[in-house]
Amino acid sequence: MSKRVVITGLGIVSPLGYDVETAWRRLREGESGVSLWENPLRDIFRARIAGQCLDFTPEPYIEPKDVKKVERFAQFAYVAGIRAVEAAGLDFSRENPFRCASIVGCGVGGLAEIERQDEKLTKSGPSRISPFTIPKIMLNAASAHLAIRYGIHGPVYGVATACASANNAMIDVYKAIKCGEIDVAITGGTEAAVSKLGVAGFGAMRALSERNDAPEKASRPFDSDRDGFVIGEGAGILVFEELEHAKKRGANILAEVVGYGATTDATHITQPDEEGIYAGAAVEATLRSAGWNPEDVDYINAHGTATKLGDVAETAAIKRALGEDAAKKVAVSSTKSAIGHLLGGSGGVELVFSVLSTRDGVVPPTLNLENPDPKCDLDYTPLVARERKIDRVISNSFGFGGHNACIAIARFVD
Amino acid sequence: MADEKQIEAKIIEIIAEQLGREKDTITSASDIANDLGADSLDVAELMIAFEESFDIDIDEENAQNIATVGDVVKQIVSQLDEN
Repeated sequence: MSKRVVITGLGIVSPLGYDVETAWRRLREGESGVSLWENPLRDIFRARIAGQCLDFTPEPYIEPKDVKKVERFAQFAYVAGIRAVEAAGLDFSRENPFRCASIVGCGVGGLAEIERQDEKLTKSGPSRISPFTIPKIMLNAASAHLAIRYGIHGPVYGVATACASANNAMIDVYKAIKCGEIDVAITGGTEAAVSKLGVAGFGAMRALSERNDAPEKASRPFDSDRDGFVIGEGAGILVFEELEHAKKRGANILAEVVGYGATTDATHITQPDEEGIYAGAAVEATLRSAGWNPEDVDYINAHGTATKLGDVAETAAIKRALGEDAAKKVAVSSTKSAIGHLLGGSGGVELVFSVLSTRDGVVPPTLNLENPDPKCDLDYTPLVARERKIDRVISNSFGFGGHNACIAIARFVD
Repeated sequence: MADEKQIEAKIIEIIAEQLGREKDTITSASDIANDLGADSLDVAELMIAFEESFDIDIDEENAQNIATVGDVVKQIVSQLDEN
């Protein structure tokens, strides 16, 4: 018996704010969360801009003495996760703990802690390394800390498919609820890779925008003058729940998860297939699994990172899946234009925004899309948000490694 | 001779900081794991903090014998005196 899966709670930590309503309002109003990277070494890096969670603190959720034991990416997921659970009105002590899950995506884990400990190791030797090093850097720590807080004894693990991590995590949860394995889960994605290694590493690939003199203008998906993505940090965590379970406890149902598609390029470790064959297949599979026709889709929250190749490939993928006509009619936007690319966290934050787009009937804008690339010829909702009734959304995520993962949500109708 | 009182005060300060406790709740008789709630990783972290603070190396065998704050003081005093 196939179950229905609904979303009952949202939580966010993002460069536009640390609560859902603040981040969503600022996003709709066209504000940018991108600024100069707050690092004293900034000037030796090629790219010096980022979407940062500058005054974020995990307190009071994590006690001061324990803050140093939990790495930043896991702190983000912890805070966003607790907020999502609270918003869902969920009391885990009343649940069968073996039918609960915590599955959180993360691309690279604790880069900054690796840097700190490597510095210590080089300077003072291996015996001075913190015993918390491994439990801090492992990317499954995000899901595990939430499991410990709530006594979740079902499936708990991290998912790593680079920038598609959050979507792959949420797809796992969707399938587990749908087939009756679990009742409810904390899921989404997180990342805190705005660190020396992260910025230098992506910089070395020439993947990052170097528009250092105009940070707010740097993230320009689908624009002719785009020059790479802006690295961002944060988490988007949601509560997914089996429909009858949600109804029984009188939960507020925000949207329904109705389908997904997951494929792999298997062509190059980082470079996307330019024709969008495999990403297109993922979007198409999503339509099929949701039982939608191409013209049923109201909004696509694009992966849209603002790399030269990626935006063209995604445009091609959407056209392949929806067909030229329906592709031209659907509202598309990239919220990375406002907060940068949250890597493993991006799919989580973007599904939060997707849910809110159906709630409020608002397509968030693609900032900085001033001169569209001729190869990117869809309606990307440039510069300002647009009001439109939105019943059905697809959220795309594509990751290094060739991972393509898309999720379909719909306005909930009983 | 190392000043035992001073060393004890420093050790209590380090423990208080690491475990998030008030200094005046920690005495020489406090058991680091059972009374102060340190887990195995906390204890390992504390040993490193003591080593860095007093510029010594506490070997594994001696670390195993440490249970209370007083044990730490004794260990460090004896190592400092040897030096």
